[in-house]
Amino acid sequence: MKLLPSALVCQQAVELMSDYLDGSLSRRARRRLEAHLVACDACTAYLEQLRVTIAASGVVTADDLAPEVLQTLSELFERFRDES
Amino acid sequence: MRLEYPRYRDEVDDAELLGRLLAGDKDAFREIVTKYHESLVRVARSYVANDASAEDVAQETWIAVLRGIERFEGRSSFKTWLFRIAVNRARTKGVKEHRVVAVDITSDRSLLARRFNEHGMWSDPPAPFTDSVDDAIVNAPIVRLVHESIARLPDAARAVVTLRDVQGLSTTEVAELLELSEANVRVILHRSRARIRSEVEASMRAGQK
Ligand SMILES: [Zn+2]
Repeated sequence: MKLLPSALVCQQAVELMSDYLDGSLSRRARRRLEAHLVACDACTAYLEQLRVTIAASGVVTADDLAPEVLQTLSELFERFRDES
Repeated sequence: MRLEYPRYRDEVDDAELLGRLLAGDKDAFREIVTKYHESLVRVARSYVANDASAEDVAQETWIAVLRGIERFEGRSSFKTWLFRIAVNRARTKGVKEHRVVAVDITSDRSLLARRFNEHGMWSDPPAPFTDSVDDAIVNAPIVRLVHESIARLPDAARAVVTLRDVQGLSTTEVAELLELSEANVRVILHRSRARIRSEVEASMRAGQK
């Protein structure tokens, strides 16, 4: 008989989620986490929020940059272009 | 509220911008600057003494890019090349300023642990980010809260999260650039993402009262 890996508790599941989202968990750890997620709404919600957090980190908008900085750098670019 | 959110990282292609930049297109340069400047400042700030120095490093990086762009051979990605220039400059400047960068991976351990009981089960389960909208949707208030939270992270963590999650470098690239082990990068990412998530959750909770 093949022994099943012991079940994770929530606190252990949460520790694995960052690596899970990056695809850097071992196959065994991934299976244990996925088995836990199927049965646990709180951890599933937590994982979804981590995913949203990472997705929101990757949103870079024009609003983030001060207009003066952009102006200074644009002028710098024009000087370089005109010199070369 | 602005509804239109250009997702620079995914929608603006570096190779296309570089082609236009080499042809002297000023708008292409402005787009590259918009995409990367704040991240350059944030990463540089982890090495230097103050905000003004970090801004200087970012500006010097752009000058180096304009000087060197014709020699950029595309052997690495543009963003790896760009951040390498910035990190090298920031490091040199930080040494001159006698700044010591602490790798603060031990902080925040207890923050998440407090949410569980002695059996490792949630005693304080995650609260939804929003009342009305599906948590899976990335909306403008969440984007703002997340970026404010990243800015408040300790030095090494801010650099790691900016490179990995804001700009999408790989864990291996981040480790090489910042001279950390990949295991350290993964631990820092885990702790930082947990902290950012919990700060968003706390703001949302406070806002709903
Ligand atoms: Zn659970």
